[in-house]
This record gives sequence, C-alpha cells and structure tokens, in this order.
Amino acid sequence: MNWTWLPEYWFLFAKGVWLTIQMLVLSMVFGLILAVPVGLVQVTGPKWLGSISKAYCTVMRGTPLLVQLWLLYFGLGSVFAAYPEIRQSMFWPILREGYFYALLSFTLNEAGYGGEIMRGAFLSVPKGELEAARAYGMSPWKVLHRVWLPRAFRNVLPTLAGETVLMLKATPLAATVTVLDIFGVVTRVRQNTYLTYEPLIAGAILYMVLTFIITRAFSHVEKQIPSRR
Amino acid sequence: MIPEILSFGEKGFGDELLMGVQFTLFIAICAYLIGIVIGLIGASAKLYGGAISRGSAGIYTTIVRSVPEVLVIIFLYFAGTRGINTLLGLVGFEPIEVNGTLAAIIVLGIVQGAYHTEVFRAAIQAVPTGQIEAGKAYGMGGLQIFRRITGPAMLPNAIPGLSNLWLIVIKDTALVAVVGNYELLSTVASAAAFTKRYMLFYLTAGLIYLVITLVSTYFIGLLESRYRRGQTRLA
Repeated sequence: MNWTWLPEYWFLFAKGVWLTIQMLVLSMVFGLILAVPVGLVQVTGPKWLGSISKAYCTVMRGTPLLVQLWLLYFGLGSVFAAYPEIRQSMFWPILREGYFYALLSFTLNEAGYGGEIMRGAFLSVPKGELEAARAYGMSPWKVLHRVWLPRAFRNVLPTLAGETVLMLKATPLAATVTVLDIFGVVTRVRQNTYLTYEPLIAGAILYMVLTFIITRAFSHVEKQIPSRR
Repeated sequence: MIPEILSFGEKGFGDELLMGVQFTLFIAICAYLIGIVIGLIGASAKLYGGAISRGSAGIYTTIVRSVPEVLVIIFLYFAGTRGINTLLGLVGFEPIEVNGTLAAIIVLGIVQGAYHTEVFRAAIQAVPTGQIEAGKAYGMGGLQIFRRITGPAMLPNAIPGLSNLWLIVIKDTALVAVVGNYELLSTVASAAAFTKRYMLFYLTAGLIYLVITLVSTYFIGLLESRYRRGQTRLA
C-alpha cells in the first residue's frame, strides 16, 4: 500500500466531495420537485396526462442511467454544438460542461423514480382525510398543500433515505463526462500515480462515510416528525 | 423505416448491436445466477451462522451496498485480473489476459450477491418459525428443512425483490462499459464515436434496454401470479 500521494491530492479530494454533495443535493431537490406533479397526475387529473407521466416513469426506470447521461451529453451535446447560434449564446459556457448534463440527467432520472414513489404515497393517504378537508370547504389546491402533500411526504420519508443513498451511488457516473467529483478525482489520481487500488479504496471510504451520514440524518429527521403508530 | 446505419450486414451496425444484446443478456443471466448462489449462502450465514460468518457476511453486504457499483466493478475488475494472474504465477504459468466478459460476470455477480443476501434473509425471516420447528420435530436435517419448508415457503416473499434485482442487473451491465467490453452499451458507444451519430445510437440503446425490461416485467408478472396462487392479494 502506497499512500504518499495523499498530501498532494487531499485538496482535490475535498473539492470532489463538495462537488458530489452538490450534485446529490441539487438533483434530489429538483428531482423531487418534479416528482410531485409526476406522481400526482397519475392519481388524479386527466387520464392522458397520467398516461404520459406513467410512460415517463417507465422509460426513466427501464433504461440505465448511464445511457440517459451519455444520450444527453454526447447526443444532445453534439446537436447543440452543431448550431452556431447556441455556441455563441451566453448559455454555451454552461451547455459545454459535463456537470450540466450530469445534473440534468440525474434530476430527470430522480423525477422518474420519485414520481413512482410519490404516486404510492399519494394513494396511501386515507381517503377520509381528503374528504374531511373537502367538507371543510377547502379548494382542491388547498387540500393538496394542507393535507395531501404533507401526509404523503411523511409516509415517503423512510423510502427517501434509501432513494438518496441510491442517488449518491449514481453520482460517480458523472465522472464519465469529465466531472471531477469523488470518482473523477479517484480516476485522476490513478492515472497520475499508476496506482490501482489505493485511490479506489480512498474513494470507497468517502462514499461509505457519506452513506452513513445520509442514513443518520434521515433517521434524525424521521424522529423529529410526530407520528402515531 | 430503419436507418441504413442500423441495418444488418456490411453497411450497418445491426449485427454488432445484436451481438451486444447477446453479451448483455448473457452477462446479466450469469451474474444473476451467481448472485442467487451467493445470496443463499450469505443469507444462511447471516441467519444461522456463527459470529465469524455472520460478521463477514455483514461486512460484505454493507460495503457492496454503500459503495457505488462503478467503484466496486473497477476494483474487482483489476483485483480479480491480478489475483488470477498471481495464482497462475505461483504455479508457474505465464500471466493471461482475463476475458472481459468473464470478469464482468464475476464482478456483477458479487455485487448482486450482496442484494440477494438481503432479499433472501428477509424472505426467510418471514417464514413462520412454527413451520420450521415442525420440520425439526419430524427429525429433518438443515438441508431437508430448506428444501421442503423454508425454500418453497420463502419464494413468494422473495419474488418481488428478486424481480427487482433482475431489472437492476440488466441496467448494471451498462456500467461494465466503463471498463470496456463487448456488451450493448460499449458497442453503442464505439459505434457512436465512430460514426458521430451520437443521438441515433444512444436512443437506439435506450430503446433496446427498455424493450428488455418491459418484456422481463411481463414475464415476472406471470411468474408472480403463479407463485402467489392461493394467497391473499397484497394491497
């Protein structure tokens, strides 16, 4: 075991951890914001909208995330690059970055998985509570944000912890599109030092620590929320 | 309707893609079977094992399930290749190039095994203790109890988890593309880079994976209704 590279690269690793956390949090937050309507229209609302969102969930859950990421990065990226109008626009510095495509694909993917979870969560809220809310004269919108959504979210919290860990474990795919997250730094160190195992072990430990923190944080949040069992 | 570039024969990549699909399915099936074997061993180690086997099974599942698959795959890919060559060196053979497909199967099998362990453990635990005790009272041995009671009784409990894992292993074969191989995504990636038709090829890849998962889901549904027969419907 050779760990002499550590002093030289620890700062890069710290940046990688930050980038991984950033991608994780942003894609989970945006993904879940999208997941609420995706799940909701499958439970209520017009049928055609429900079938569209069901098809969306099936596609996102039925294809590998790596294919989705490469489709966006290489496919969409090459389409964008073909238009000079886009290349010269102010958005190009963002549209050029692998980070943007990684975030986009993680978010869309999470919206698919989360949509399915939210669908189940909306269904799990007892009908009587919704009827009671309606009987009080609440508008459908008010029912949603005062009763249905909070109740659904509480039911979904334990699943969300697992979902976040799964997302964390998906983030290293971003390294295949030039993002220097934890796995990207691991790959860089491996290329520079010709070491096979040590950087991988360092990366694995970092991911395990992050997993531990996530599970702890979620169980802490779960304990804060009063529930009757 | 199909673009010429995806057609079969000299002009298109049809044959290559079909080969890729075959490799993907082959890797997925073999890895899945290895995962089941490891899972059964792991689950019995966790449930019935002594301190050492219980502990090592716990470490195995914790590490594999909390470290991203890509890292585990790359680690085992290199460790496995070097390990085999070290063994060969000890008995005095020249180092060999380890077959990428074989390495992929073993690596994905080990990853799957950790998840299978948890599925089987939960499924076995859901079997009422009284049934197992009844088996013991009849004087059955451990294996006999498994074959006659725990095995058949836990199967309906395990099937949702098992079918999930099948869908996961298909999608995980794509990760092998990171270390390069002949499975579908690697083939697509090199074809896309060669022709510069990225959009077309990655869309095709996505479509093929989707078809595989949809067909699988259909058959899983049939299987599940068969093994759940006579039981009350859940939810």
